[in-house]
Amino acid sequence: MTARIGVVTFPGSLDDRDTQRAIRLAGAEPVALWHKDKDLHQVDAVVLPGGFSYGDYLRAGAISRFSPVMETVVEQAKAGLPVLGICNGFQILTEAHLLPGGMLGNDHLHFICRDQKLRVENADTAWTVDYEAGQEIHIPLKNMDGRYVADQYTLDKLEAEGRVAFRYLDFNPNGSLNDIAGITNEAGNVVGLMPHPEHATEPLIGTGRTDGLPFFTSILKKLVTA
Amino acid sequence: MSRTPLDTVEHAAATPDVELPWAELGLKKDEYERVVEILGRRPTGAELAMYSVMWSEHCSYKSSKVHLRQFGEKAPQSDALLVGIGENAGVVDVGQGYAVTFKVESHNHPSYVEPYQGAATGVGGIVRDIIAMGARPVAVVDPLRFGAADHPDTKRVLPGVVAGIGGYGNCLGLPNIGGEVVFDACYQGNPLVNAGAIGVMRHEDIHLAKASGAGNKVILYGARTGGDGIGGASILASETFDAASDSASGTGKPAKRPAVQVGDPFQEKLLIECTLEAFKEKLVVGIQDLGAAGLSCATSELASNGSGGMRVTLDDVPLRDSTLSPEEILMSESQERMCAVVEPEKVDRFLEICDKWDVIATVIGEVTDGDRLEIYWHGGKIVDVDPRTVAHDGPVYERPYARPSWQDELQADDADKLPRPATSDELKQQVLKLVGSPNQASKKWITSQYDHFVQGNTVLAQPEDSGMIRIDEETGLGVAIATDGNGRYAKLDPYAGAQLALSEAYRNVATTGAKPLAVSDCLNFGSPEDPAVMWQFAEAIRGLADACQQLGTPVTGGNVSLYNQTGEAAIHPTPVVAVLGVIDDVARRTPVAFQEEGQLLYLLGDTREEFGGSAWSQVVHDHLGGLPPKVDLERERLLAEILISASRDGMIDSAHDLSDGGLIQAVVESALLGGKGARLVVPDGLDAFTFLFSESAGRAVVAVPRSEEVRFNDMCGARGLPVTRIGVVDGDSVDLQGEFELSLEELRRAHEETIPALLA
Repeated sequence: MTARIGVVTFPGSLDDRDTQRAIRLAGAEPVALWHKDKDLHQVDAVVLPGGFSYGDYLRAGAISRFSPVMETVVEQAKAGLPVLGICNGFQILTEAHLLPGGMLGNDHLHFICRDQKLRVENADTAWTVDYEAGQEIHIPLKNMDGRYVADQYTLDKLEAEGRVAFRYLDFNPNGSLNDIAGITNEAGNVVGLMPHPEHATEPLIGTGRTDGLPFFTSILKKLVTA
Repeated sequence: MSRTPLDTVEHAAATPDVELPWAELGLKKDEYERVVEILGRRPTGAELAMYSVMWSEHCSYKSSKVHLRQFGEKAPQSDALLVGIGENAGVVDVGQGYAVTFKVESHNHPSYVEPYQGAATGVGGIVRDIIAMGARPVAVVDPLRFGAADHPDTKRVLPGVVAGIGGYGNCLGLPNIGGEVVFDACYQGNPLVNAGAIGVMRHEDIHLAKASGAGNKVILYGARTGGDGIGGASILASETFDAASDSASGTGKPAKRPAVQVGDPFQEKLLIECTLEAFKEKLVVGIQDLGAAGLSCATSELASNGSGGMRVTLDDVPLRDSTLSPEEILMSESQERMCAVVEPEKVDRFLEICDKWDVIATVIGEVTDGDRLEIYWHGGKIVDVDPRTVAHDGPVYERPYARPSWQDELQADDADKLPRPATSDELKQQVLKLVGSPNQASKKWITSQYDHFVQGNTVLAQPEDSGMIRIDEETGLGVAIATDGNGRYAKLDPYAGAQLALSEAYRNVATTGAKPLAVSDCLNFGSPEDPAVMWQFAEAIRGLADACQQLGTPVTGGNVSLYNQTGEAAIHPTPVVAVLGVIDDVARRTPVAFQEEGQLLYLLGDTREEFGGSAWSQVVHDHLGGLPPKVDLERERLLAEILISASRDGMIDSAHDLSDGGLIQAVVESALLGGKGARLVVPDGLDAFTFLFSESAGRAVVAVPRSEEVRFNDMCGARGLPVTRIGVVDGDSVDLQGEFELSLEELRRAHEETIPALLA
């Protein structure tokens, strides 16, 4: 069997087709999900892709969390459905309280697009088992509102529980606290990060690296062997 | 104009003596008289609004038309051209059933007034042109020109423009893969913000802007119509911004709203998706985007390109501001709107798709079997015109032109007389100064504000020689685009300058391994009422048309921007040329960056003592004079063929075109991008200075793996392309034997710190 992985399209989602391609390249079957449809169509996992859903005119992700599809995503995520939020998807996950903290505008106030070095801090989540803890990877980053913030208690808890999944290395591109690039929930099924692993899956395209592919092979491995 | 009674066609006929504010709307007296003659009566207020915007310089090309005809008359035979000049954008066959549409436009004046929104809506407009052809937009490029990099106002304009382009393009999900950033004091009060876009479709999906089939419905969809940008079409091409804003309300009332439109990229993203879905289901007979001149343009162009007439009920247009007058509705340039012609039985499905994407869509009229465009408001007929007279029969001017009196003196002021570096150390210092000068410095601070990765098909993006996008995942088919222009060259000789712009863009496309196919242009000039400017314009067009004919790359469309001047001072004549190319397999692309140590560096082409208009003459001597580099189009063609063959057959691993800044600029860029240095030797017959800084055209530097050395040399020899071995990729410095050594670290600091220091 192969895994069916849903990719939600919100109005203003931009990387939905790219994410579907990455899923296909990893050997799984991408399933397009529509934000107005509560039905997840029996997918085994869900990705909330990057973009500017609803233009991010309010607070990034603040409106999308109220989309009908999110009701089901939240409910099933709590029951263990693997969910990955990339960039805007990460912002939606924090707005939906599946992940703690939130995102503010980049500290330098500019959009930033770069090949970003990261360290994989947690290789035990549903989306990171194909990495090794401590592995250093390069993943493209592109955002306007990428500065991860949380109160000190939450930060301490995330650090203590090993829930900081990815950390920026060499250069903090947006002023995120503790250089946090991505985090996971306690169960390890919900992961969110600002960089875009779907843009690092083919040797010719983008930065020419494939450091992002293990996100998608990880979940496939997890689902197929589960 | 009085609101009571409504100024209907009937009322206009009955009140021939009513004075209309034609001058305030930008029409000349003889133009207004021509309108009266066409209609056989005075126009209604609404008709006057339509004629005034459609006959503006920006929409009617009245000063440029007589010259632009050459692009058609001299068009080379090309099997690749599917749709030529005149539609929203040209369409080119790139093989495997794919067609590509591309175009470059200007948004210069609005971007000076309001940098963020001016630039943002420039992106929005060009993208709608692409959608209107039936294509999915796949990339944007932005050739930009600003005043002096260290001028305080540049720090106001540039960050706003860059943020606007990023803010809009990033939010649309379009990778920004190329363009230019040039600084020159001549653009201080008149920056050039040009925006280009590429779209991809299957041949059978090409759509045109025409309304055919009586009974078909005219659907306006997208954003509601508001008061923004009223009279924007006039301001775009107006003589001064003040004059235009005085008449911006279009009714003689004081301007209450900004003349620059405000963009909503989120709405545009929805518009893209919803339009493409409607195309996919074959619901659309004809389509037109609403850009300059808004509904006036969309209705008159759709109707005049179709077979019949059109009837529109203006009351049905969804409004953001219920106080708008019918004239204002017709002139409004509210962004993110499109107009589709749909068969009656498909209207429901079309509206359903719009609803799915939360896009407002309204039937506002229908195609009729007459030949009139009739527009109704509150039950009265306020427009009754032959749409062709609005859209196509605008005034045509044969503006007088004359070679400027100063041209000879400028050309006589030869750059050869400028003092050259006398010692190795001076040479080295000038290299550092050059690569760190604002025009030659890294633009990473700017381009990192644009998304290059979205859509997952970006093969090459700036600072590569051309941007390259994969369009078929199975076969690897891709397209490349480069935009170039050099106002300094064009000032010295506009005919040659336009040809050099084409040569450079053509060369840039070939350097990355793609075959150049077609051209779009954005012609930025001063006031057409100045005979000297008009001469520059005429010469540039003649040069570009001649060169396109010789290189076999037809001009598929483009844009003219006139009145780019501050007071009496015009900008440098700045023809910006975009060349589109195709590559059968993007895996064969050639990057700029040095790939491997030990590879041999070859200089292709001839190097002459050519410094007129050069970066060196600007950076070291602040000089502009003499003649630009010699144009040799046959050499460009040969060089391109060699570069494409070498790329396809794996004979070169990196390549970089030589243009402004000469060889040293190219080598430094390849070295810094690859993180690998170079050891160079001055070839026999050249002095070090000329070797490094000459800007002779028709040249490139390539890195050849040792295993390919013989094969590559044989190929160049057999084809008659001069090839000179100039060194090897090696170490962590750029070392010119017997002259100087500069570490990559030192070069990187010089090259990368300039722009952030000035603008961040």
